[in-house]
Amino acid sequence: MADIKVAAYICKGCGLGERLDTDALVKIAQKDGKVPMAKSHDFLCSADGVAMIRNDIDNEGVTHIMIGACSRRAKTEAFYFPSNAVARANLREGVIWIRPDTEEARETTQEMAEDYIRMGCAEVKAMTAPGGNPNTGSSKTLLVVGGGVTGMTTAIEASKTGYPVVLVEKTGELGGMAGKLYKRIPVHEPFKSPADTGVADLIAQVMGDSNIKVYLNATVAKTDGAPGRFVVDIATESGATHTEDIGAIVQASGFTLYDMNKLPELGGGQSPNVVDQLGLESLARAAAAGDGVIRRPSDNQPVKSVVFVQCAGQRDPTGTHLAYCSGTCCNTSIKQAMYFKDANPSVDTTIIYTDLRTPGNGEDFYRSAQEKGVIFTKGKVAQVVPNGAGSTVKFHDLILDDTEAAMADVDLVVLATGQVPNSGVDIFAAPKESEEGAVEVKPISILNLNYRQGPDVPQLKQGFTDSHFICFPYETRRTGIYTAGPVRRPMDIAQAREDATGAALKAIQALENAELGRAAHPRSGDLSFPKVRLEGCTQCKRCTVECPFGAIDEDEKRFPVFNESRCRRCGTCMGACPVRVISFENYSVNTVGAQVKAVDIPDEFSEKPRILILACENDAYPALDMAGMNRNEYSAFVRVIPIRCLGSVNTIWVTDALNAGYDGVMMMGCKHGDEYQCHFVKGSELGRVRMSKIDDTLKTLNLESERVRDLEVAITDIERVPEMINKYAAELVAVGPSPFKGF
Amino acid sequence: MTEHVATNETILVVGGGISGMTAALEAAETGKNVVLVEKNPALGGRTSQLYRYFPKLCHPVCGLEINQRRLKNNPRVRVLTLAEVSGIEGSTGNYTATIRIKPRYVNENCTACGDCERAVEMQVPDPFNYNLGQHKAAFLPNAMAYPQRYVLDPAIIGSADAEKAKAACKYGAIDLDMKEETIQVKAGAVVWATGWQPYDAKKIQPYGYGRFKNVITSVEFERLADIHGPTGGKILRPSDGKEAKNIAFIQCAGSRDENHLRHCSRICCMASLKQTHYVREKYPEDGKSTIYYIDIRAIDRFEDFYQKVQADPSVSFVKSKVARISEDEHGNPVCWGVNTEGYKRYTTPHDLVVLAVGMEPSVKGVDIPGHIVADSSGFIEADPANGAVFGAGCASNALDVNRAVQSATAAALRAIQVVNKVAKAEA
Repeated sequence: MADIKVAAYICKGCGLGERLDTDALVKIAQKDGKVPMAKSHDFLCSADGVAMIRNDIDNEGVTHIMIGACSRRAKTEAFYFPSNAVARANLREGVIWIRPDTEEARETTQEMAEDYIRMGCAEVKAMTAPGGNPNTGSSKTLLVVGGGVTGMTTAIEASKTGYPVVLVEKTGELGGMAGKLYKRIPVHEPFKSPADTGVADLIAQVMGDSNIKVYLNATVAKTDGAPGRFVVDIATESGATHTEDIGAIVQASGFTLYDMNKLPELGGGQSPNVVDQLGLESLARAAAAGDGVIRRPSDNQPVKSVVFVQCAGQRDPTGTHLAYCSGTCCNTSIKQAMYFKDANPSVDTTIIYTDLRTPGNGEDFYRSAQEKGVIFTKGKVAQVVPNGAGSTVKFHDLILDDTEAAMADVDLVVLATGQVPNSGVDIFAAPKESEEGAVEVKPISILNLNYRQGPDVPQLKQGFTDSHFICFPYETRRTGIYTAGPVRRPMDIAQAREDATGAALKAIQALENAELGRAAHPRSGDLSFPKVRLEGCTQCKRCTVECPFGAIDEDEKRFPVFNESRCRRCGTCMGACPVRVISFENYSVNTVGAQVKAVDIPDEFSEKPRILILACENDAYPALDMAGMNRNEYSAFVRVIPIRCLGSVNTIWVTDALNAGYDGVMMMGCKHGDEYQCHFVKGSELGRVRMSKIDDTLKTLNLESERVRDLEVAITDIERVPEMINKYAAELVAVGPSPFKGF
Repeated sequence: MTEHVATNETILVVGGGISGMTAALEAAETGKNVVLVEKNPALGGRTSQLYRYFPKLCHPVCGLEINQRRLKNNPRVRVLTLAEVSGIEGSTGNYTATIRIKPRYVNENCTACGDCERAVEMQVPDPFNYNLGQHKAAFLPNAMAYPQRYVLDPAIIGSADAEKAKAACKYGAIDLDMKEETIQVKAGAVVWATGWQPYDAKKIQPYGYGRFKNVITSVEFERLADIHGPTGGKILRPSDGKEAKNIAFIQCAGSRDENHLRHCSRICCMASLKQTHYVREKYPEDGKSTIYYIDIRAIDRFEDFYQKVQADPSVSFVKSKVARISEDEHGNPVCWGVNTEGYKRYTTPHDLVVLAVGMEPSVKGVDIPGHIVADSSGFIEADPANGAVFGAGCASNALDVNRAVQSATAAALRAIQVVNKVAKAEA
């Protein structure tokens, strides 16, 4: 390791100089922090203050910088030293702003500041400036799985941006579901009539683009590697396997219509004159190829009346059918009713719905259908009874509150059955016991990832591929693999094309960053990466099992194999490792452990307890900062250390703290479960599971269970967090001082 | 965060809400230089004014924190606040934008210590809280403001208060002589992400917004529920500060109406369903919500959210477009109409009425530079005639956050395609 030279800078601005004895802080940095070069400045973030630091870097050989000033979230432009290891001691938001400016508080406030200086010095010395992951790959090729509208759009857009594409389609032709449609929902003014699907044009673009290599009748047999260096085996119908070097992947595997045979009460499978939406499209295409008249399948007679049953097998709270709404079926039924009305206004078209859902300009399309004479009936269809060539549709008319409403002699019934995503294998599903006689169709893997955690991208509860749903919708739990189109949310052509374009960008970004050894979202640009000392590894597999992103495989001797480009730098592996052999250059068992140990623990008679807070840097830490900005006071006995994620908390930090005589430990992380708020999806959950076992450790230390507290904190808890801290501090007084003080 | 020089390989992003921030960051993290222009003094846009998101009921500032950290770590994004694009000239691959930057009266020396705020007395309406409350004329735009830098309201300039603010600042951060400036920025492509504005509820006359104090809009309701809002997170009604426990939510206030907004604004049903959670959160014992609706549009994966609210006994649904609202002698707004399920008339008083106001694109009625093709609602269309000006987020459609982010990511790619071509031609 190159020589390090550490310097500490203490700011006297923003009241720090008045509230704290900054000369004493400088001495603490020198004496306890063992930093020979320690200085104070009246206004450290000023041009003059920053120039002082810059000069020490350039001319004094300073490599490591400890800044004792405001929060690490403040004045980031001034204190921007990307080539150096930097630690920030939060004296402003974390000390003077959360303590009263009174004579009696002065001593404990100063002690708090002194500890943060000790901690900052200890932390920065344990850090090195991250240099980037060297295990990179430089493939610039995108793999697109699926040749429907989504996949073709991804391919075309990536190619337009200058990236080669390999497109794999399992059937013999491009076009997917959209290729089976007669027309699409309109996307331009005046939104009044069905429009051309545009699929033929997309196919022509793909086939005419020398930058796009298309494999038809092909599937992905194996995906190995990591972003920038995926190696993908493509199996073709002939039995031949082609191997491609791939930089990033977009999975656009689309959807399958919910099987109407599961809806016999609605006539599904009971009569040729009861069709699903795709069935109606093929009737419309047949009509367009002939005389333009849509005919009844059973006897080829022109359809004179048609009923569309919305939400067939959807929005079902009982768990039998789909629980969700597919979002597109209302517009589709409107479009299909227009197939009839535009050809022959005398055909009776009725759409039976509970809530008509035509967002945005779909409203104009809906209005246009009303103008064309399509009847909309608010009702819930109970039964479709085919008799002869016609059918009777029985429904509950919700406007007249008539449970016995019915329409007889309907020529054709169209069931709007909804979209089921082709997500592949649900890798975390508990194995299902198949019922007697039931034929279990095993899902087929889409990507065949050669990953320790399983062959496909993890799914959400409704079978859609996972994503950080609201703010960061593209972030799957498999780095460099993005899902797009109806595989991740029911959607129509317009939305799928937009989604595909975004996914193409994310894939391009992933392969570019992989080449530079940088992390992807949410720590995008982070150059640190996990390093493992394999000679200390006991092959326990916890890291490989827990990694929320499936980044770690195992070799034949069951040692972990880190695929750094798949890693998102949350540190869950580091938290999981019982022998502590995993670390990041600027975040490690040591950088946090050294801070824990740097705190001065007063003896048991001082009545000054010490509480360690390990706070998630994404939510809990900003909440603490904002509590400071709001001058919400909290106990001077806490010492806060920001952590990347609750998942990165190694039990040793907690046991070290308790052994050192801390009276309590608070862990603050994000909500977990279905409505998780953890930016690493599973990090906080894994951290909590780990910490739920801390009771055993407490027992062996003969300590009370109250000494460790696991708390769910949101970024808005600016009043709640100080209350929690103060309450806990009071509780600890009742429990009494830790027996480990002074050892 | 640094001052890179804009060229025709630069991407200009107009609007610093969730869509603009996303487009800027996604492009920057793909290695492109970006100038991000925001008219307010801080980034975050309308999402930063929401208390919670549907369907997870998580807090928008949580994602904002991540986006801000991405910005802080990325020297490729240059952020201009209090800035508005007043003109764009040129064509694909070669634009020059004229940007007007209003004076902040506070320079980069600001440490956000708050001394100026404590020194001044003047109060001005707080637009972050939709003017439901006031703040000091020297202010931090909001708790999560980025840039984290104070602002002086123009109203204070020339007053003794302004001098007090200046005197209070130990860091020479206050510059009362700052003037509006106009700069020109080169760009190869433009992402237009100016978002949306709530439809002006005063225009829906029968609902009495502006006449009855206890008729408010859905965006205002977000501020009432938020701890950073004017009531500190308590749902109190404006007329008398009384706890508002019996709350009506009126859907399609402006939307799906040819007299107002033709389109469906997509988010309002989910927003009201979400807001019934606020009522229950704040008044778990006796909070009561009534939703007056035409269709509940809990589209696709949001359906189970709707089902959970339906199962909540404190929430009732009335299928009806409310005809009018009056006010009774206690200041309670009274909803009049017919429940179309069974055709039953109602005259129902509530403590507070929340109008689920529609989403109007911010480009509507705004002089968009150049010749941008928009649909009849004012949303920017994808049209070759727009050259390399790409609509993103709610400037392009009525979208929720999730879809707006997708749209912004797609727009970023379209912009990158243009600047990559420029780079190739110049290489």
